[in-house]
Amino acid sequence: MSADPSPDNQSAAAAYWRENIRILLSLLAIWFAVSFGCGILFVDQLDQFSFFGFPLGFWFAQQGAVYTFLILIFVYIGMMNRLDRKYNVQEDE
Amino acid sequence: MATQTLIFLFVGLSFALYIGIAIWSRAGSTKDYYVAGGGVHPVANGMATAADWMSAASFISMAGIISFMGRDGAMYLMGWTGGYVLLAMCLAPYLRKFGQFTVPDFVAERYYSQLARVVAVICVIFISFTYVAGQMRGVGIVFSRYLEVDINVGVVLGMGIVFVYAVLGGMKGITYTQVAQYCVIIFAYLVPAIFISMMITGNPIPQLGFGSNVEGSELSVLEKLNGLSRELGFVQYTDGSKSTIDVFFITMALMVGTAGLPHVIVRFFTTPTVRDARKSAGYALLFIAVLYTTAPAVASFARINLLQTVSEAEYEQLPEWFSSWENAGLMAWVDKNNDGNIQYHPGAPMEGKPSFIDGRGHSDERLVSNHQTDNANELYIDRDIMVLANPEIANLPGWVIALMAAGGLAAALSTAAGLLLVISTSISHDLLKRNLMPGITDKQELLAARIAAAAAIGVAGLAGIYPPGFVASVVAFAFGLAASSFFPAILLGIFYKRMNREGAIAGMVTGLLFTASYIIYFKFLGGTSDQWWFGVSPEGIGTLGMIINFTVSMAVCHVTEAPPKSVQDMVEDIRIPRRGGTASEPAEEGEVAQA
Repeated sequence: MSADPSPDNQSAAAAYWRENIRILLSLLAIWFAVSFGCGILFVDQLDQFSFFGFPLGFWFAQQGAVYTFLILIFVYIGMMNRLDRKYNVQEDE
Repeated sequence: MATQTLIFLFVGLSFALYIGIAIWSRAGSTKDYYVAGGGVHPVANGMATAADWMSAASFISMAGIISFMGRDGAMYLMGWTGGYVLLAMCLAPYLRKFGQFTVPDFVAERYYSQLARVVAVICVIFISFTYVAGQMRGVGIVFSRYLEVDINVGVVLGMGIVFVYAVLGGMKGITYTQVAQYCVIIFAYLVPAIFISMMITGNPIPQLGFGSNVEGSELSVLEKLNGLSRELGFVQYTDGSKSTIDVFFITMALMVGTAGLPHVIVRFFTTPTVRDARKSAGYALLFIAVLYTTAPAVASFARINLLQTVSEAEYEQLPEWFSSWENAGLMAWVDKNNDGNIQYHPGAPMEGKPSFIDGRGHSDERLVSNHQTDNANELYIDRDIMVLANPEIANLPGWVIALMAAGGLAAALSTAAGLLLVISTSISHDLLKRNLMPGITDKQELLAARIAAAAAIGVAGLAGIYPPGFVASVVAFAFGLAASSFFPAILLGIFYKRMNREGAIAGMVTGLLFTASYIIYFKFLGGTSDQWWFGVSPEGIGTLGMIINFTVSMAVCHVTEAPPKSVQDMVEDIRIPRRGGTASEPAEEGEVAQA
């Protein structure tokens, strides 16, 4: 492995990793809340509301969760590309 | 043109296309063969991953299952898409940075152990064979119904096609063929969905039609469906009938299992960069979501059409599709009250699957030898036919039906090819090159991979011709095992530097054994649902297996030695897309904006 063991490198790498984890955990929290929360655990409560002709909980379970997943991944891609540039670890174009 | 001619034309043209692409993109080296040379564009890779992922189960069965389950069907929709979020964020970029060919490669190097590699290879082969047997059955269904050939001839034909492009082209051939197959799959799925959405709601977009009013009435699609279901004694379509904890566990097992499936993970080894690996996961989910958000709409439309067509209908007056599917053995009617009309209610009409006997009843229906149940339901419908029969039930033109046949075959073949490649790679690369015969050259390894692929196709074909009765029940295995073995081992390998060989192997083995014994006990040894732990069905037990794996791994890891320095450095290395850049401090925000 070609890792540079100098302390600067180590601390920058650690900071990059910490920010990465923070992004990851916040996006996964939304992932969990929408799919397991709205689509499964609280689906009956949400079904009391109507959303474009759907009971809301049912809509989350059969449509909304999938759209949310899609948005989450593209947000993640954007945030990580930014983070890579911030720490100058992005790959060449 | 007659529908039958159109079917032959569409299927023939699509097959010619796949073989043409395979010849154009033959693999020349092991790198081409295993990871398509590592140079696939993220959009192409996303489409290929989507086609690889969407199997006969997604194309043929899923909407049918949802149609019968109502709201609970969401566990498949969320389970089979939510896993991509985990893949994109927790696995794909790091495995791409690791930069080897297979999942066992990662497990073996990260856990510095050939034993770990062998455990991983066994899991890969078992998971992939389980899956591929299901695809071959899908091919069989399509051939026997649409091409009116013997099911065995159909399977042999399907094997031949896969043989040509998987064995010749390897990952490179498969990837570009799958791009074409994705287009066929999605076109074939959307066209009838749009037609039917127009017919029922007047809205051409199925995702919106699903929430609109039924044309010429004040009721929405779902209200209408709830009303029809109630009348016939079914649970309301928008209400669930499974327990919340079971739905939760099954959804989690499917998500985590998706993220741990070797034929999906290996896709992210084929992109040029880490950034492209992330992007590929995004595009893959985008292409998958097109079908997965249409499926629940198709399910509800199909349910309305079915209930309206068959309930209280006189058998002799039914449209032709009914008898086609009856002849294919996938529908059956027992006239319990001898009134010549079909009564459709909850419950099984007979014990077990119909076994047809020669002879016809008074309405000319096919007779079965099964013992009748004493409920009021007279109709047996195999869930798998809902999507395929939908265009016929809705009376769509012949070319749409031909398109469905080509789409169903594309879905089954693309997944089968991806799985066969994973099987052949794990034999030629993980078992031979990295373990038993390290001295073989690249050329010999490529030959071994091709022979292994050919042999795997043979075995898969046999499974299609003589389908073992347990195929359907072992699908739970593939996801449960992937969830309880690979996912925790890979995740901890990336995110927990201290995780060592002893912890990972102990975790994989206990997770795997626990999950496998639970499934075997309840599926094959006669366990009953009142004995389920915490009310969790065998389909969902992979989630508990995963938790056990994590717990055991952590416990064992803390009482054994830390991994060697070189492995810890490797973990540091895969966490960062490009080494060297980290020497500089983070740039100021302003500079980023200009960059």
